[in-house]
Amino acid sequence: MIDQSIASLAQQLRDKKVSSVELTQDYLARIKQYDGQLNSYITVTEEIALAQAEAADKQLSQGSASPLMGLPIAHKDLFCTDGILTTCGSKMLHNFVPPYESTVTARMLAAGTVTLGKTNMDEFAMGSSNEKSYYGAVKNPWNLDKVPGGSSGGSAAAVAAGLCVAATGTDTGGSIRQPASFCGITGLKPTYGRVSRFGMIAYASSLDQAGPMARSAEDCAHLLQSIAGFDANDSTSAQVDTEDYTATLDAPLEGTTIGLPKEYFGDGLNNDVAKAIQDAVKEFEKLGAKVKEISLPNLNLSIPAYYVIAPSEASSNLSRFDGVRYGYRCDDPKDLMDMYKRSRGEGFGKEVQKRIMVGTYALSEGYYDAYYLKAQRIRRLIKEDFVKAFEEVDVIMGPVAPTTAFGIGAKTDDPIAMYLEDIYTLSVNLAGIPAMSVPAGFADGMPVGLQIMGNYFAEAKLLNVAHKFQQATDWHTKNPSLVEGASS
Amino acid sequence: MSLEKQDVIKIAHLARLSLDDSDAELYQHSLSSVLDLVEQMQSVDTDGVEPLSNPLEAKQRLREDVVTEENRREAFLANAPQTEAGLFLVPKVID
Repeated sequence: MIDQSIASLAQQLRDKKVSSVELTQDYLARIKQYDGQLNSYITVTEEIALAQAEAADKQLSQGSASPLMGLPIAHKDLFCTDGILTTCGSKMLHNFVPPYESTVTARMLAAGTVTLGKTNMDEFAMGSSNEKSYYGAVKNPWNLDKVPGGSSGGSAAAVAAGLCVAATGTDTGGSIRQPASFCGITGLKPTYGRVSRFGMIAYASSLDQAGPMARSAEDCAHLLQSIAGFDANDSTSAQVDTEDYTATLDAPLEGTTIGLPKEYFGDGLNNDVAKAIQDAVKEFEKLGAKVKEISLPNLNLSIPAYYVIAPSEASSNLSRFDGVRYGYRCDDPKDLMDMYKRSRGEGFGKEVQKRIMVGTYALSEGYYDAYYLKAQRIRRLIKEDFVKAFEEVDVIMGPVAPTTAFGIGAKTDDPIAMYLEDIYTLSVNLAGIPAMSVPAGFADGMPVGLQIMGNYFAEAKLLNVAHKFQQATDWHTKNPSLVEGASS
Repeated sequence: MSLEKQDVIKIAHLARLSLDDSDAELYQHSLSSVLDLVEQMQSVDTDGVEPLSNPLEAKQRLREDVVTEENRREAFLANAPQTEAGLFLVPKVID
């Protein structure tokens, strides 16, 4: 049951072959059995899940049409969930129980999903390995000595290990796509503004975007359908109509032009990863797509631009954690300043403090023009590269990451090396375009993700391209061994 | 670009982060390496390029100035470390 598609599960729920309560119990049992090894959940909401499942079964018996009705899913612990602990992977929010619901989780609840719990993540979504969580590192289900990627590593590991049907993630510089790639699942970062940020604990507001993480493009299409669309509560929510994301999944790829940016295949890319991506591109040619070499000349500048813009916005966003209204407060503060400084110094982990300080420096008097404004000018150059490319091609493809999942602890002593790992994902967030990670093979036994990037609001096209690939290949159906035993 | 220890202490103060001596040295090193990484921006000619702050270049949306939220004082106070008589409590600020 646990590696079936959303469409198949939805049908079985309607045919009364299984109930939502039974399905939910199965997943809760798997979480109990396996999550001790993986650490993919911070909070498991067993009672709430079973109550929601019971309500969903009632709705199903009354003929509910929602394709997500009764399906057990998990949410990254960065979405505020009314009455459920929401930590953002930080000691700072170890006791934070939001009094309101994020738009993403509210829309998922309205669609009838069952919330199994909240997934582990790098603290405040700052990291590419999930080693920076206050609640411990997450393990990759394909190899417990490897990282699952980050920052949505708990969501990726939980989906890959069959500890939920699907999960939500967020992506500020690759945090949906890179863990999806490392764990062999399908993840979609929508266009900036496509999905509401209301109730998402902010990292970098001009880059943050929520999206689905699931077992296939088709599953992602169902999930995106439920969460996409304008929300008055998010001041940067796009007033652009959504499409029917499942309607065009099977559209033929004849006439589709794929751009391959030469900068995505240069030095630093692992040979086996390169081979998997090239093989995937050949598969698309068989499906009738045309391939064209293109150039995104400012790709290398995405790293410095991102590591100015994201920390700058973070330093502003995270100033709200002051020990007054919510979250951690230090013991026995001697005055207000002492309370601010020690609450933040003790409540935030080192990577978060480092990024706050980088941002504080970049925004401080005398440096603002040289850092923040300069980075925003470069951001426009990066966006223009994509705008120009999409005049010639329909989608752009390349690797998600230069390597497969690395070993736990392998890069902790060299944070700059970890930053450089994000080279293929950051520019997408700076430009604000949508992009996916799709399983495309293995290198040394670990999954490789193909990145598919699309034009603004072209999510339906991306999902179509990814789905056609998944109809022709079976990489997305591969499971780590801890799923195999239970997949009948 | 390398920062002095004094620079780090000043930045931490601006960011309202407590810092002990060994931390200051640690961050002196790690902040300097981030600044080295972003230094390559300075070699790019961006004359005449407008800064891009919103990827969609969206304008700020306005709404009618009307009350849309109810008062949920108790719910919001419930997460506070210290409250009294419906107020957030902080250490004494005036003698």
